[in-house]
Amino acid sequence: MQFDIRIPIGAMFSLIGALLVIYGWWANMPTVPGSGGLNVNAWWGGAMALFGVGMLALAQRARSLRTRGRGALTERRA
Amino acid sequence: MLVNALIHLKAIDWSILFLYFLFVLGVGVALKRGVRTSMDFFLSGRAMPAWIAGLAFMSANLGAQEVIGMAASGAKYGIATSHFYWVGAIPAMVFLAVFMMPFYYGSRARSVPEYLRMRFDEKTRGFNAISFCCMTIISSGISMYAMGLLLNLLLGWNFNVSMWVCAGIVLLYVRLGGLTSAIYNEVLQFFLIVFGFAPLVMLGLHDVGGWAGLQAGLAHVATSRGFAPGAWSESWRFMGRPAANPMGVEWFGMAMGLGFVLSFGYWCTDFLIIQRAMAAESMSAARRTPLVATLPKMLFPFLVIVPGMIAIALTQRGGSGFALPAKLDGSPNFDLVIPMMLGHYFPNGLLGLGLTALIASFMSGMAGNVTAFNTVWTNDIYQPYIKSDGSDQHYLWMGRSATVVGVVLSLGAAYLVSEFNNIMDVLQLVFAFINAPLFATFLLGMFWKRTNGHGAFVGLLAGTVAAAIHHGITLPGSAAAGIKGGWLALVHHYPSEMAQNFWTAIFAWSACFIVTILMSLATAPPDRKTLAGLVYSETPRIESQGVRWFEQPALLGACAIVAVVALNVVFW
Repeated sequence: MQFDIRIPIGAMFSLIGALLVIYGWWANMPTVPGSGGLNVNAWWGGAMALFGVGMLALAQRARSLRTRGRGALTERRA
Repeated sequence: MLVNALIHLKAIDWSILFLYFLFVLGVGVALKRGVRTSMDFFLSGRAMPAWIAGLAFMSANLGAQEVIGMAASGAKYGIATSHFYWVGAIPAMVFLAVFMMPFYYGSRARSVPEYLRMRFDEKTRGFNAISFCCMTIISSGISMYAMGLLLNLLLGWNFNVSMWVCAGIVLLYVRLGGLTSAIYNEVLQFFLIVFGFAPLVMLGLHDVGGWAGLQAGLAHVATSRGFAPGAWSESWRFMGRPAANPMGVEWFGMAMGLGFVLSFGYWCTDFLIIQRAMAAESMSAARRTPLVATLPKMLFPFLVIVPGMIAIALTQRGGSGFALPAKLDGSPNFDLVIPMMLGHYFPNGLLGLGLTALIASFMSGMAGNVTAFNTVWTNDIYQPYIKSDGSDQHYLWMGRSATVVGVVLSLGAAYLVSEFNNIMDVLQLVFAFINAPLFATFLLGMFWKRTNGHGAFVGLLAGTVAAAIHHGITLPGSAAAGIKGGWLALVHHYPSEMAQNFWTAIFAWSACFIVTILMSLATAPPDRKTLAGLVYSETPRIESQGVRWFEQPALLGACAIVAVVALNVVFW
């Protein structure tokens, strides 16, 4: 594997999510059918950003697990 | 050819689309350094973890025809469309994982045609490789044409420009990073498609009053077309007689034609998807790849079929401000269900996201075709028949070049569709005949050691001929003789085109199955020594002791089957 695929996915979803949240707050959108008056852009953007950050966190966790694993290996060798 | 656009984009929508383009290209660029050998390019160096390969497996199949077509079927046939998933996909995916992957992956073949050469002989491989390449180009061309047309109608974009831009982006990232790039982007596209269409289902369902409201709406749809009220919201109840359900099929044709022949033929032999599993990091990961994919596949009907059902209920109700544009002949254009629903429910912002998801589905399907094409072309046609003494770097170069040629040929095919629609229909039909019997060959090849190359080859030809003859002597509904069938003589009428398709598949499969057996018995048996790792009885069982339960294919497969049976019962 080259690099963790969760990094670009996490970055893209965080960015798009943030864009939607900002746009949702900033733009005065007419209420869309089925939304019950909810600001759908902001809410869905938030959900996407959350998913993106989660992906980044998973990638980070995998990375630190890998480096710790490597550390344990060198310790044993020493 | 600028028309009045049905949807108008704003800066925010464009930003999301461009961000997506940037990321898919960025993935390709970042992966370029890692591609050193042809194995890296064609099979990702066999290094993919199961979850990544599994999501790519799901996503490569998730072309635009899937999203657009399944939503259209949801409107036309209702929840019965779920048969294409719960009957026509999951069982075959489980079978592939548990029973067939050991031979595909264990043989170390680089492609499905290569497996055929190892198991049978050169002629069977050649036949399969050439027909596969042609079919890939044609289906990729058809899908590009559909995309160009859709974006033109929807957004007023230039047909040529939108086709060339999307094809160019796919070309770039596949050429740069090979299969890894396609797979990584397929995973990204998968999540994008889920996040792009999920709000559509939520808003739509909320709007029509939840599932109960949708059922009530669909009851009107059904009764107004002369069916029982539940015909659009119950998947099996009306399968007893073809006349009782909008698909015009009966349960046996459905279960055998779709559930067995067509679905196993596609999921268990089509290199486009199997390539993703062959790229997995180990035998265990390769077997789990299709199983990982079963979970999203099982849930996808809610994402792509339900919007179609909501759309038809809204259209029937009237007064909601939602209407499907009509085709030239005045009937509603069901292919526009998803785009029109996006326009109806999404404000700018989400609209850009939904549109990006739609384009992502086109691109993931296209990349699937392109990577499968360049691999089969290079390994199964170029290397054996044109230049067999090249260096690995030479084949890597050929793979990259074939990527360009594949995309250009697909674009050519797309223009062919727009100019000569009939030629493409005929070609598609011919390749459907070639494809129909394939699963019989693999089934016998993997599980009956007596099957030999002559049997396989003659069986395939017999199956193809049987498909053509069956199509030539039957007609669906009130269609006139010609491309729809009946071009030989008219012996039988089917209630619908779908029923005719299912039965064509059943006849082709049976002919291939029987002729392969007879021909194999009539000729010399294959040498046992050559069959190790390729046939069930000549391959040592895979040791399952000490494997954690969530990594055991048989157990995971059983879970998937239980879940899919439950879904069928709930929506009976």
